[in-house]
Amino acid sequence: MITIDNYAKPATLEEAYKLNQARSSRVMGGMMWMRLGKAHVKTLIDLSGLGLDEIHDEDNVIKIGAMCTLRQVEECEALKELFGDGIAESIRHIVGVQFRNQATIGGSIYGRFGFSDVLTAFLALDTFVELYDGGIVRLSDFVNRAPDKDILLSVIVRKGKRKFRYDSIRRTKTDFPVIACAVVTGIVHGQETWYFSVGARPMKAALVEKKWEIPADASEEMIADYAKQVVSEFTYGSNMRGSAEYRRHLAEVLLRREMSSILAEGR
Amino acid sequence: MEIRFILNKKQISIDVKADAVLMDVLRSLGCKSIKCGCETTNCGLCTVWIDGKSRLSCSVLAASVDGCEITTLEGVEEEAAEFGRFLAAEGGEQCGFCSPGFIMNVLAMKRELQDPDLEEIKEYLAGNLCRCTGYMSQLRAIQKYMAAQKEKEVQA
Ligand SMILES: Cc1cc2nc3c(=O)[nH]c(=O)nc-3n(C[C@H](O)[C@H](O)[C@H](O)COP(=O)(O)OP(=O)(O)OC[C@H]3O[C@@H](n4cnc5c(N)ncnc54)[C@H](O)[C@@H]3O)c2cc1C
Ligand code: FES
Ligand code: FES
Repeated sequence: MITIDNYAKPATLEEAYKLNQARSSRVMGGMMWMRLGKAHVKTLIDLSGLGLDEIHDEDNVIKIGAMCTLRQVEECEALKELFGDGIAESIRHIVGVQFRNQATIGGSIYGRFGFSDVLTAFLALDTFVELYDGGIVRLSDFVNRAPDKDILLSVIVRKGKRKFRYDSIRRTKTDFPVIACAVVTGIVHGQETWYFSVGARPMKAALVEKKWEIPADASEEMIADYAKQVVSEFTYGSNMRGSAEYRRHLAEVLLRREMSSILAEGR
Repeated sequence: MEIRFILNKKQISIDVKADAVLMDVLRSLGCKSIKCGCETTNCGLCTVWIDGKSRLSCSVLAASVDGCEITTLEGVEEEAAEFGRFLAAEGGEQCGFCSPGFIMNVLAMKRELQDPDLEEIKEYLAGNLCRCTGYMSQLRAIQKYMAAQKEKEVQA
């Protein structure tokens, strides 16, 4: 159970950051995860009212404020235009609409949860996080940092011609994923590059990058070989939702399907 | 701490603890339609609208709704009763414990989605669990209710 002594709604980010430096302070996103934990919080810091609840479609990036709800991100037209249904697919299975109207992108990314669909999806894209003190950091670096007392202000996705696919497997609808896989491809520095992100292994999402030029008419056998190769570069673990072996098998199937779907689009 | 909000069109001002959850505060104010099925964000029984959006009152800190507008089933009684008749006609409720939260989310869906198909309805209501009915009767009730609403619009 969580107990909270004081609830603070700071008027500025500076004030929020200062309050958060106390060991017993916690920043609150949607509170959906934090509320289920066991903690005694002296000061809970609510970031709403600081202008962090908007998605900005800028010239080169899409900037998602940390307090945007998962539902806002799921429905964002600018993200759909760039990446198709991929982002929405990574979010729409999370509990229910009421839940997604409250859980935030900031809490989801800052939490770096092992089971996270959201982290898996954004990690495969050209994504950065903006921190109050730490500045702008690549998400693939942020993922492996230990939690600290900084505040996540926004998630920034660089625009670019990328093809994106996302898929997950769940034992029952709305449960945590047994495995979550995203594939992104595009031309980076003049070369075709593939990004593979696999989460819920059950460890947090990790990223593998490959400079592969795969012809659009590659056979299913060729694609299966590529999937086999990339799948072996991740580690897998067992828990109540599935064994390491099962997860590895599922990841191979999902990555192969996602690659096939991307290549079929280019034909 | 003192918070102020609008509850079913009435201004409320109340003292709450920093860790009080909205569900408990609303029930203490007489909104007994709100039920607690899990307290872990999984069942949807505690659904209310905050500034027009469906949310889980078991997981909202009361302190965070200062300045908001909240609607519970008590605030949309007539509309809820109308849908309730469709639910009853299809055998879509048995113990009825899940009905208030379910109805609040169906009415939120009606406001948000234009002509949802069966898959969209299922997805919108994925966070509302029912231990009794098996869902098929509820889905029939929703489809018939939505069709009746459309018919009303055409005639108006
Ligand atoms: C029952 C349940 C089922 C779930 N199922 C899934 C699932 O299937 N897939 C999935 O991807 N996710 C799932 N989640 C996780 C969920 O989607 C959110 O990621 C999670 O609730 C955190 O978001 P929040 O806004 O509630 O954050 P909070 O719970 O408020 O915060 C989480 C952590 O992040 C910190 N924090 C929050 N915002 C900031 C910020 N701006 N700066 C710095 N620190 C911050 C908090 O202090 C806390 O430590 C589930 C959660 C629950 C409770
Ligand atoms: S009581 Fe709130 S979701 Fe179950
Ligand atoms: S009717 Fe009994 S839980 Fe739904």
